[in-house]
Amino acid sequence: MPDTQLAAATPDAMEALGRRLGARLQSGDIVTLQGGLGAGKTTFARGVLRGLGFAADVPSPTFAILQGYEPPETRLSLGHVDLYRIEQPDELDELGLDDWLEGGALVIEWPERLGTLYADLALAIHIDTADDGGRLLTARVPKSWEGRWPLP
Amino acid sequence: MPIILGLESSCDETAAALVSGDRTILAHRLAGQEAAHRPYGGVVPEIAARAHVEALIPLVQAALDDAGMTLADVDAVAATAGPGLIGGVMVGLVTGKALAHAAGKPLVAVNHLEGHALSPRLADPALRFPYLLLLVSGGHCQLLEVRGVGDYRRLATTIDDAAGEAFDKTAKLLGLGIPGGPRVEVLARDGDPRAVPLPRPLIGTAEPHFSFAGLKSAVMRAIDGGQWNDADIAASFQQAVVDCLVDRTARALAVADRPTALVVAGGVAANGAVRAALEDLARRHDLPFVAPPLWLCTDNAAMIGWAGCERFAAGLTDDLAFPARPRWPLDPAAEAVRGAGVKA
Repeated sequence: MPDTQLAAATPDAMEALGRRLGARLQSGDIVTLQGGLGAGKTTFARGVLRGLGFAADVPSPTFAILQGYEPPETRLSLGHVDLYRIEQPDELDELGLDDWLEGGALVIEWPERLGTLYADLALAIHIDTADDGGRLLTARVPKSWEGRWPLP
Repeated sequence: MPIILGLESSCDETAAALVSGDRTILAHRLAGQEAAHRPYGGVVPEIAARAHVEALIPLVQAALDDAGMTLADVDAVAATAGPGLIGGVMVGLVTGKALAHAAGKPLVAVNHLEGHALSPRLADPALRFPYLLLLVSGGHCQLLEVRGVGDYRRLATTIDDAAGEAFDKTAKLLGLGIPGGPRVEVLARDGDPRAVPLPRPLIGTAEPHFSFAGLKSAVMRAIDGGQWNDADIAASFQQAVVDCLVDRTARALAVADRPTALVVAGGVAANGAVRAALEDLARRHDLPFVAPPLWLCTDNAAMIGWAGCERFAAGLTDDLAFPARPRWPLDPAAEAVRGAGVKA
């Protein structure tokens, strides 16, 4: 599985990358976003929703843990998940994440809490801060994403 | 006076309460003592639907026992039907439907945000419509014109993080532990609120929206920079939040239709600096300042029971087929907020 990198100099650029990914999102896809507080994960996720055609507010999912979006507001159902507050692995079962993959997709922030769940399936994006303050996105690309990343 | 059983389980808390139409709280029960110690919310989740299931029925029974009542004495059952985490919402709503059906009483499906919006009227009988509400917590940051029961105009919302979330994450970045918000406030007392230059996102813009994600990033950079002490960072962060809340609320007061009071609800209303600044703002606008007691500001079932009272009195009951709604804006007409590329 190749590692590939994209750069985003500003929050606008980060959202634009998310938008491009959203436009390529398919049913059954899982995208994980790893990076520290303030890395731009939610900005990227908002872009994904814009790419799916969603026009309304995209609040941070930290408090609610899972924010769901469905057609006709989006082209595809999307579960926007933030596992920041998950402490016990069995709490994951309660979220019903798999339900979203039937006819929909998942974008998951703080995937550290997943353990090995979805490890082979997810497009695993890691966000680092560059020396100039911009962001570098490195992805571990599973087979299902070959040809779709780095966002042709 | 109608007596309403209120149920709340839309996020972290499980709670049951009995509220009378004359504003008497006959009983209120909240699962977990630790809940009282985390007023900003969103730190120690009890997210499992299973936990709500196990807690809710015993809480209902305990509330009825506290009031010396049975289900037959209740006029309606009010349950939070959203927004929130779907598992928890389902547990509370389905329990409410079952109790209502079994007792032959009407169901009132309550929007959790409406519970917050109307709760100030439970605490203050003098509070009349319309009023401007700043709802500021771990999960929400909104300015609402509360015009009547079921009649809300959302003037603003956060385009990214909620203010309470910014407090909690700043606490995390500073290694303060939980409850994050109150610890930031305590540390801020020893710091200089003007020491660290931090952004005030969206201040001065025409629409009174909020943004705190950029502030969070700036705090992170200030900590990484290593040139400021933690107390100065905490104080400067808190001041930035206060400045944002005051500026945005002042903007909303300018566009709201003759509000009779400025009301603040939500866990962040517990912050002394936030409260003092908003009180001052209300005074400058010659408006009464209303802040419900803190326990009523955080998630609880009394506010759901009270919203149930208000809706029941207005003849607004719901069919047992009412669905759980994980996303449920109070003001469906509110314009979508574009969160793109806001410069901190």
